[in-house]
Amino acid sequence: MVQRGTIDLWVGVFAVIGLGALLFLALKVANLTSIGSGVQSYVVYADFDNIGGLKVRAPVKAAGVLVGRVESIALDTKTMRARATLALNSEYRFSKDVSAQILTAGLLGEQYIGLLDGGDEVQLAAGDKIDITSSALVLEDLVGKFMLSFAEKPTNSTE
Amino acid sequence: MCLLGGYMYNETDYKPFIELKNVSFSYGTKPILQDISLSIPQGKLVAIMGGSGCGKTTLLRLLSGQVKPQSGSVWVDGCEVNRLSDRDLLALRRRLGMLFQFGALFTDLNVFENVAFPLREHTQLPEAMIRDLVLMKLQAVGLRGTANLMPSQLSGGMSRRVALARAIALDPALMLYDEPFTGLDPIALGTIAVLIRRLNDALKTTAVMVTHDVHVSLNILDYVYFIAEGRIVAQGTPHEVRVSTDPFVRQFVQGEADGPVRLHYPAADYAAELGLKQ
Amino acid sequence: MPDLLYPLRRVGHLVVEGVWRFGFAMRFLFLLLINSLQTLQRLPLLIREIYFAGVLSLLIIVVSGTFVGMVLALQGYTTLNSFGSTEALGTLVALSLLRELGPVLAALLFASRSGSAMTAEIGLMKATEQLDAMAVMGVNPIARVLAPRFWAGVVSMPLLAAVFNVCGIVGGYFVGVVMIGLDGGAYWSQMQSNVDLHYDVVNGVIKSVIFGVAVTLIAVFEGVNAVPTAAGVSGATTRTVVTSALVILALDFMLTAFMF
Ligand SMILES: Nc1ncnc2c1ncn2[C@@H]1O[C@H](COP(=O)(O)OP(=O)(O)O)[C@@H](O)[C@H]1O
Ligand SMILES: [Mg+2]
Repeated sequence: MVQRGTIDLWVGVFAVIGLGALLFLALKVANLTSIGSGVQSYVVYADFDNIGGLKVRAPVKAAGVLVGRVESIALDTKTMRARATLALNSEYRFSKDVSAQILTAGLLGEQYIGLLDGGDEVQLAAGDKIDITSSALVLEDLVGKFMLSFAEKPTNSTE
Repeated sequence: MCLLGGYMYNETDYKPFIELKNVSFSYGTKPILQDISLSIPQGKLVAIMGGSGCGKTTLLRLLSGQVKPQSGSVWVDGCEVNRLSDRDLLALRRRLGMLFQFGALFTDLNVFENVAFPLREHTQLPEAMIRDLVLMKLQAVGLRGTANLMPSQLSGGMSRRVALARAIALDPALMLYDEPFTGLDPIALGTIAVLIRRLNDALKTTAVMVTHDVHVSLNILDYVYFIAEGRIVAQGTPHEVRVSTDPFVRQFVQGEADGPVRLHYPAADYAAELGLKQ
Repeated sequence: MPDLLYPLRRVGHLVVEGVWRFGFAMRFLFLLLINSLQTLQRLPLLIREIYFAGVLSLLIIVVSGTFVGMVLALQGYTTLNSFGSTEALGTLVALSLLRELGPVLAALLFASRSGSAMTAEIGLMKATEQLDAMAVMGVNPIARVLAPRFWAGVVSMPLLAAVFNVCGIVGGYFVGVVMIGLDGGAYWSQMQSNVDLHYDVVNGVIKSVIFGVAVTLIAVFEGVNAVPTAAGVSGATTRTVVTSALVILALDFMLTAFMF
């Protein structure tokens, strides 16, 4: 029979190791201070003609710095455009005429939203809509355009 | 009279400590006990004898309330066991000690903790008093020296004596012994038999012992019931048993291979099965 | 004539039996829960069982976790290298472990190390009438024997999974940074910017808690329902490991579909 004291000691060690591991995961791996986990954020909207392969929780970056995440994506049935809801870190403020662009990390990497700050004095507030947007590059459309330009019959299939 | 409330026992002049009235019990559709009636007075050591698998253990389980009869009633100390609420049953079981066939010591506790188990679970006694009580009980079965051993380090006879010490830890009013002699060498067997008798005399416990060992037990018993095929087929004091002319009792006591209890399990005709008979 | 309907009947039989067992297990879970109050008030009982369920599994969890992380890093490196994005190695290792491999593998290891031991122990206690003896002494075996083991498993499982994850991530670091020579800063920073506390870490912990409940429930259930013979107990032990593995994988599929 293992002694009572030994058991207590080992269970204590186990608890410390286990909780330490959880803490490590929270602090060192997930970086508790990053967006979306208890950090103050504000929500803005952006409408796109085509979001391509953008996913919920995709990063929102400004000058390559992570400033927020895509919270949800929905189709606006009136305009038939995609509406992305972005949660931005409250630390970062942008001007009202900021532009949003769907970009791809690397050639085949995941898609994210890039923000390019404008010159307006007025700041973008929570609940505002980003007016200047440009859609994702869809590879098939690109190839299609390319082929059609060869046929010298430019039709605007994607407006 | 039942101290736990509930069902009172009413007869005034004769008060058996245990009484079974027309008890029948079956596991599923398999009848085990049929229409058993018996009564055991306070302070007596009574044995239930019968072959293996005839339902002796089941009878003890009825007394301890682990199983309930399909018909009839089981009375222990004025309480109808099969109708007690869970709480009252628990209270009754605290006054009951049971020695299991193979001791049933808790394998993860040492001898001392095994005997201390009922004390720790049911009393708030200080550690020093628990220690004294445990050592007293172990001394009573002659195994005080084994207090720090694990059950796996004990021989069969020693395990059963430790189990006995554990069963009497709370000074039970009723002791149930399930085949206390099986698988013991003659010396260990004699030791257990003496302990059981001495316990009964010293503590005035009522005891029911299930066994198929006739010769040792007849020396310590007050009364015997014989069970075969789920029914009581004979009963009497040890002296009556020894001189009995009942064929079943004779077969049991003499250990004869064939008699009212058949040697052969029921089967088709032997010659026919060997193909010797058309 | 061969019985053509036999396979069909067999399947039907298995399904019916599965549903029965599931129903019994749920009723048993209910019994465990209503008898848990006493257990949680008696800390020494719980601590003892955490020792057997958790501490004794620690070594195998640490070793397996480290190796799984190292293999992940090695395989991940060769794949990522051909896309020129080896800096994502930290993310790959951390996300694989946190979301799937950590909870699932830790639970599988736990089932075969502690779950089987629990079943065997309880089965033997039943076979040697220890549980009956306890009941006859007026002590409820569910509260005294089963509930502490159940809770010990539920408490230990997420801790073991967390240890598994950390060992894996450190193992991945060892292979990726120390052995292959990738940039250590990139390993951690890429991981940190792509791993989300709520989405990845907390969901992984929730998974492992659910696996802990499932595995210990199966282990304890098989133990008390073991046929009280040597063959019965060994059969129950095998069933614990097999059923646990299937249930873990099925639950993991459902939880993943639900969470991510
Ligand atoms: N839990 C059970 N379920 C079904 N049958 C049982 C159970 N326990 C015992 N039996 C059967 O009941 C019969 C009597 O068992 P038992 O009372 O243990 O006999 P014994 O006289 O040897 O102690 C046996 O044939 C046994 O197979
Ligand atoms: Mg028996």
